[in-house]
Amino acid sequence: MRLPCPICGERDRREFTYSGAAVALERPGAEAGSEAWDDYLHNRDNPAGVTRDLWYHEQGCAAWIVMTRNTATHEVLGAALASEARRAGSTS
Amino acid sequence: MVDLKTKTPCAGLVPVRVGPLSLVEDAPGHMTALAPYLGQDAALSEALKAAHGMAAPGVGRMSGKRGARALWFGQRMILLMGPAPDAGLAEFAALSDQSDGWAVLHLEGRGAGDVLAHMTPLDLRPTQFKRGHSARSECAHMPASITRLGDEAFQIMVFRSMAATLVHELKTAMGRVVALQ
Amino acid sequence: MRIEGKGLVERRTPIGFTFDGARYQGFEGDTLASALLANGVRMVGRSFKYHRPRGVMTAGSEEPNALVTVGFGAAQEPNLRATTVELREGLWARSQNRWPSLGFDLLAVNDLAAPFLGAGFYYKTFMWPRRFWERVYEPLIRRAAGLGALSGAPDEDRYERAFAHCDLLVIGAGPTGIMAALSAAKAGADVILADEDTLPGGRLLAETIEIDGVPGAIWAKEMAAELAAMPNVRVMTRTAITGAYDQGTYGALETRPHAVARRPGAACGTFWRIVARRSVLAAGALERPIAFANNDRPGVMMAGAVRAYVNRWGVTPGQSVVVFGNNDSAHRTAADLDEAGVHVAALVDSRHYATCDLDVPFYSGTQVCDTQGRRALESVTLCSAKGEERLRADCLAVSGGWNPSVHLACHMNARPVWNADLLAFLPPRDALPGMVAAGAAAGDFSTHACLRGGAQAGQEAARALGFKVGAPAVPMAEDAPYDIFPLWQVPGRGRAWLDFQNDVTVKDVEQAAAENFRSVEHMKRYTTQGMAPDQGKNSNVAALAVLADATGRGIPETGTTTFRPPYVPVPIAAMGAGGSGRGFAPERLATSHAETRQRGAPMIEAGLWHRPSYFPQSGETNWRQSCDREVNMVRRAVGVCDVTTLGKIDVQGPDAGAFLDFVYTNMMSTLAVGRVRYGLMLREDGHVMDDGTCARLGARHYVLTTTTAAAGQVMRHLEFVHQALRPDLDVRLASVTESWAQFAVAGPKSRELVNGLLDKPIEDASFPYMACGTASIGGIGARLFRISFSGEHAYEIAVPARYGAALFSELVARAEAMEGGAYGMEALNVLRIEKGFITHAEIHGRTTAFDIGMQRMISPKKDCIGKAAAARPGLLDEDREQLVALKPVGAVKEILAGAHLFNAGDPATSADDQGYVTSACYSPTLGHVIGLGFLKAGRARIGEKVRMLDHLRGSDTLCEVLDPVQFDKDGGRLRG
Repeated sequence: MRLPCPICGERDRREFTYSGAAVALERPGAEAGSEAWDDYLHNRDNPAGVTRDLWYHEQGCAAWIVMTRNTATHEVLGAALASEARRAGSTS
Repeated sequence: MVDLKTKTPCAGLVPVRVGPLSLVEDAPGHMTALAPYLGQDAALSEALKAAHGMAAPGVGRMSGKRGARALWFGQRMILLMGPAPDAGLAEFAALSDQSDGWAVLHLEGRGAGDVLAHMTPLDLRPTQFKRGHSARSECAHMPASITRLGDEAFQIMVFRSMAATLVHELKTAMGRVVALQ
Repeated sequence: MRIEGKGLVERRTPIGFTFDGARYQGFEGDTLASALLANGVRMVGRSFKYHRPRGVMTAGSEEPNALVTVGFGAAQEPNLRATTVELREGLWARSQNRWPSLGFDLLAVNDLAAPFLGAGFYYKTFMWPRRFWERVYEPLIRRAAGLGALSGAPDEDRYERAFAHCDLLVIGAGPTGIMAALSAAKAGADVILADEDTLPGGRLLAETIEIDGVPGAIWAKEMAAELAAMPNVRVMTRTAITGAYDQGTYGALETRPHAVARRPGAACGTFWRIVARRSVLAAGALERPIAFANNDRPGVMMAGAVRAYVNRWGVTPGQSVVVFGNNDSAHRTAADLDEAGVHVAALVDSRHYATCDLDVPFYSGTQVCDTQGRRALESVTLCSAKGEERLRADCLAVSGGWNPSVHLACHMNARPVWNADLLAFLPPRDALPGMVAAGAAAGDFSTHACLRGGAQAGQEAARALGFKVGAPAVPMAEDAPYDIFPLWQVPGRGRAWLDFQNDVTVKDVEQAAAENFRSVEHMKRYTTQGMAPDQGKNSNVAALAVLADATGRGIPETGTTTFRPPYVPVPIAAMGAGGSGRGFAPERLATSHAETRQRGAPMIEAGLWHRPSYFPQSGETNWRQSCDREVNMVRRAVGVCDVTTLGKIDVQGPDAGAFLDFVYTNMMSTLAVGRVRYGLMLREDGHVMDDGTCARLGARHYVLTTTTAAAGQVMRHLEFVHQALRPDLDVRLASVTESWAQFAVAGPKSRELVNGLLDKPIEDASFPYMACGTASIGGIGARLFRISFSGEHAYEIAVPARYGAALFSELVARAEAMEGGAYGMEALNVLRIEKGFITHAEIHGRTTAFDIGMQRMISPKKDCIGKAAAARPGLLDEDREQLVALKPVGAVKEILAGAHLFNAGDPATSADDQGYVTSACYSPTLGHVIGLGFLKAGRARIGEKVRMLDHLRGSDTLCEVLDPVQFDKDGGRLRG
């Protein structure tokens, strides 16, 4: 499996660490309430199709990356730096 | 006053010679991680040029020349190799002394690329990974920095504590490659 | 027998080898199979289930019958296909699945019991009594059925792993693959041409076909040489592409000739991971058998394989050959045999309309319906509308048509597409991103079509990669049409084999259908069709044709089973190559390692780090003695311990304080320069992630420590928080773990020891508990921290790692002069348990700050990671398991980590569980055993008695619940 790093280009999956849904970028405020926190911490979609998840280029440039993939075809549709996705304020 | 003797990361492990291949330890001098602060990349590059004679390298590249090099070392990180960092650089970047943190090895000789192909998933074809190209990747399961210094010459860096494992793995791979030559 | 003047083997180089104890001779270029056939050895094994005599059937890696064991001792390799074993001097091979010998096999009795051993036999027979399955049935079945056996000794063969990259991977080096590689390479693409055979050429090596007027084998040799001379081409023979994976990654198994593998340092094979932007599947096609009664006797072979033995190896598998087929491949075999001077007893063609201009007895509209022979084929029975006829023959060459090798195209779950004209499955287009099938693998069966298809596929790939391509130059070759008429099974009495390797017959598949295992996947599992090492390469299509018939459906509706890697069997040792010893886990060695080992310290692993367990001294006979001495040494004098392995992270920048406030529960922005604070990090779910110290070296510069094992996790977490949550903060992180060698100096005499080394001594007032700063040792810049994990007055000294070895020796020598010395992990553990300090034994991922009594460390003044979740009522319940210390108060004086706690008098069931022990040791300071653990509402139960139970180790201890801090509660010694 190969994954694109927005900085380093396409690399072997051995260089990356997987870390779950990109929902993790949307951290609720401290006072958001237990329902929002429950969603943020625990509730995840499990799509057969396009999904966005986080990968850490741990054995590479140390960038956190939002990867857009298709779980059914394994196609990787795009990759963006988590820092930029966060700054853009949109992760969905 | 005590007199503490120094020891290099690969002391007693190298040199290793197998056929036309040689593995030696490099003593690059000072190594300093430069991490530019927000919006200071260009300013750091200017300061680096003024102080040490080389601009900041692009992604996956090495700038400068023997004795004073700047190595792309990851997202927002440059490794200055050779000179002690100019104090003025601290205005634009966080400076971390890495002089003692890395084992720096030099692998050279016919088949050097084949040796590394046993250890890293990087695409090291000469057409793709040219002289002065550098990458952070995995090398025999260790985090590494790999740089091409010549047609058949590479610089390989791993954490100091992993020097023995790296040399062991390189030595094995060198034997494998030379056995087929 | 050899045929004079035929074949590509080197007759000037004879090779001696042994099979089943008998010595034979072959030639260089032979396979074990061709050499055995040349020596007239026809029976080479016994079948899996019925122990039927079996002979060589094919000439390639699809061979189902001729499985042998090569070598002995640790190097013994079972289940090798004799058709792919290269002959070498001294080769030692033996047949399998027979006892006591191949000729006389006791379990051949299974064949007589065959009526009872059909599909589903095991499921129906070995059901009762249930407990018999494990003890009686399974061992019995395993011994009776099966293939070769492993030696049981560690494999001495050395495999290696390697990575390769290319623009285009061409799978198969037959006419198609050669043309694909040539056309793409000429356009400028980086090409890898891989073939599992020892020579490039594919079917050209086995045929008498000419290309541009040159014999095919010579053409292939010339083209391969031209390719090998190109700098952008890598020709890999003996390399089977075993699997196709995501994003253009392919697995490949390369094997080496024995002579090369035996060179010093060489590997016997390489498992490659090849990354290719495009690929051409030029894997050719495999000929399939026809099912008729007793079609499994030694001597019954594939028609194409017979041609291969005649043309490539100069061997005829028989003296009198009957050729039988439903397509023109059979005619070609008859022609080649006739031309080579081998007697063709009959050419039998099931097609009623077939004609033949060869000078051999020809039977159109006729089928072979049975064979005879004791240990090998002696005669065959023909049947047609005119009746039956028996012909003497010692070889029967069969062709039921050709199956394109679609496997790799289907490894990503695509299903092949049925072609009714070819009566074969073809690879679907775009089944695998970047892959194009060409030549016989795509259903083009003439040589010219293969050459043309290969050239086009290579050009298509080059064009897609951005290279300029010209018009293809396709060499001249035969372009005969492919004609085939359906014939999967010949009706009749007796068993007709489909899967030779797993002994599956037509009757088994029909029985599966009758018992309603109608789905092809169910039929496969019920009959084991296609589940042997050959994965049904030459049998699956016929089996599902039989299933289609039996269920009244068409073949496309019946469908195929799933194709999965690997295409050929791959030794686990090859797949896992490079993954043993240090290749499995790199060793991280501290600068003190050599000195530590010299002092005889046994090492233990902490993460990847190797750390000393204890430092034995003369007279000490067990670890406890050393450990107790080291603990006393630290409490009474001074001890030295390498703590380099703890993670150290530089945090710098204008927003460093704000960032640390966000990742630690407590405030770090308010920490004064020159001071250290203990810090707790939570996961976002409110549980403790790690603890450590945070030292402020400058206004914008902090250095954190993490625990040894969690260093990587913490760095990942900090990068996540910064990049993904707070990219607005101007802060920079750098690991400096390896830059500094750091040593703990602990004990009442620690300051005295440290001051002996420092160029400028320190005092208590100017360098109090939790101070930090720079220092100088012999002119070398050092960092000094007054922190303690032992509860004693202690320091940690960090120097650039190049001085680490020297400083450790110096510290230990000086400590020894003060009745102190080095201490290891055992003593470190005892010291911290006495003080109630936690490690990951306590912060194991399910405990909160509340549980470990540190709830107050979550600052109310700010948000931090994990704060919201930690405030959930369930995580603040007073009944939660809370950190306590324990000591034995009954007759039994042991506490075991991992044991559970119960109220005295309660039954020891999980419903009554009150908690568990996380750490335990003998405390020489307190003079008794002590433990740490978690107990329900523990903080309110100090002084109570609980029962510690460990059923596994048979321990039952009455304990008193104590405050976690059992030594120096007010911390006077820390500050002293």
